[in-house]
Amino acid sequence: MMPLLNVERLSKDFGTHQVLKSIDLTVAAGDVTCIVGPSGSGKSTLLRCLNYLEVPTSGAVYLEGEPVGLRFKGDKLYRMSFNELSVQRQKMGMVFQGFHLFPHKTALENIIEAPMIVKRKGRAQATEEAHALLDKVGLADRADYYPRQLSGGQQQRVAIARSLAMQPTLMLFDEPTSALDPELVGEVLAVMRQLAEEGMTMVVVTHEMSFARDVADHLVFMDGGIIVEAGHPKDVLSNPQHSRTRSFLARVL
Amino acid sequence: MADIPIKSPARQPDIHSIKPVDVFHPSWWIGGALVLGLAVLFIRLLVTNENLQWSVVWQYLFSPEILAGLGRTLMLTFLSMILGLIIGTVIAVMRLSRNPVFQATSWAWIWFFRGVPPLVQLVFWYNLGLLIPEVSIAIPFGPTLWSASTNSLITPLSAALLGLAFTESAYAAEMIRAGIQAINLGQTEAAATLGMTQAQTLRRIVLPQALRIIVPPIGNDTISMLKFTSLVSVLALPDLLYSAQMIYSRTYQTIPLLIVATIWYLVLSTILTLAEHYIEHRLKDGPPLELQLILKSLFKSKFWGLRRGEAML
Repeated sequence: MMPLLNVERLSKDFGTHQVLKSIDLTVAAGDVTCIVGPSGSGKSTLLRCLNYLEVPTSGAVYLEGEPVGLRFKGDKLYRMSFNELSVQRQKMGMVFQGFHLFPHKTALENIIEAPMIVKRKGRAQATEEAHALLDKVGLADRADYYPRQLSGGQQQRVAIARSLAMQPTLMLFDEPTSALDPELVGEVLAVMRQLAEEGMTMVVVTHEMSFARDVADHLVFMDGGIIVEAGHPKDVLSNPQHSRTRSFLARVL
Repeated sequence: MADIPIKSPARQPDIHSIKPVDVFHPSWWIGGALVLGLAVLFIRLLVTNENLQWSVVWQYLFSPEILAGLGRTLMLTFLSMILGLIIGTVIAVMRLSRNPVFQATSWAWIWFFRGVPPLVQLVFWYNLGLLIPEVSIAIPFGPTLWSASTNSLITPLSAALLGLAFTESAYAAEMIRAGIQAINLGQTEAAATLGMTQAQTLRRIVLPQALRIIVPPIGNDTISMLKFTSLVSVLALPDLLYSAQMIYSRTYQTIPLLIVATIWYLVLSTILTLAEHYIEHRLKDGPPLELQLILKSLFKSKFWGLRRGEAML
């Protein structure tokens, strides 16, 4: 069976600094992949290359067999324009460390914005779906609140609902709990856990090792721009093969 | 408990039942009295000095000539602002473009029109005919489709509009650029991951947020523009100031007519300031609007402070 997401020899340079060195990765539909590693290891950059927020220096990302951000025409390979890319991005929801809710819109308006503007759904239908999503993330009573009136954990749950409203086939999470107060981390992880149980395909960059151990089907450990070790989380966490993995786990567990 | 001696004897009142007297500041009272005295002297000057000729002021305040000048001042203010904002938006977008030619051109435009005083520009534009005697539209190396002498195109009004609008465009461009750049990159990224196109992101996400930042300084600039229009009197364009000047050159009632102009400038700038505050309160989604709140905030506003181009003397 074709994997949902396939990363082939992906490299990314920032100037002379090579952040990603020929990464290969596959994600099967319905799988939860957690990427862990020390800061500066390239894990966020890898995630941002998947939906072309960062343009890779070389290599390719395939979503459902189609290259992301690139298009063949005859023998020639062309870069996609921003607007062509936006069609592919609809399939990849993304949740950021800093939430990035639209501050001039209420929670509900944040969620219905893209379905109405991009998918041209009617307001009534979009609103109905948005209420269902808010209910799902436990914020049914916060529909008319502005982001600044919500706690960090609530903002992040609205951000998850906003991404889900576009009915993506894949969800990307970039350190979704790193900016939260410790007591608010649990509520966001609970929503993510529920999503995983419903069969959503997820790629999660995280420092939450317990989440990775309990929820992930696949754990990837990155350091220095390469995948050092990958496998089932129980194997990687209890029986790491590489010294770099062992020293990282010794520090975070 | 009984061992601890209680310091306050019974004849002092209970500390919880009376209010303490505030600290006395003698300097407030002395300074206040001094300034109040000066204010009284100034008002006395306004009332008793016969050179002011208040009856002449009232006579001319609503005269058709002055009102026509007032109309031209308002028209110049708004036309220059609209033209300046349109050009400024184009310059701002060029400044944010990745095209180096656009970047350099917009930089040079802003550098030039912020650097040259509007008065110099007005005179320069008015005398453009000396530099370029004839303007024509033609197919390059082909026939001329249309041509006219520059002197027939450059009237006092068009010279004034060019000078004021170009100056405004340079300032507006910088405000618009700053407003757009103040929006967190995360907003654009979040919109992109939701599948929004660049145009949708600009229209729905970036501009509504940028407007909140841009509108207050633009309101401020409109008030500045109102006062800058008085410069056009050097082109003999009968605006508010020049209308007053024309009257006193006939009647020699210089001071009363300058006061007429002053009163109208104050009335207009006060109305514009109130409008600006109204819009600012609307943009902040704070408490509902109350006239009292706006009037209160007037006293904290930049209206009383220095505006651009006004040197501290």
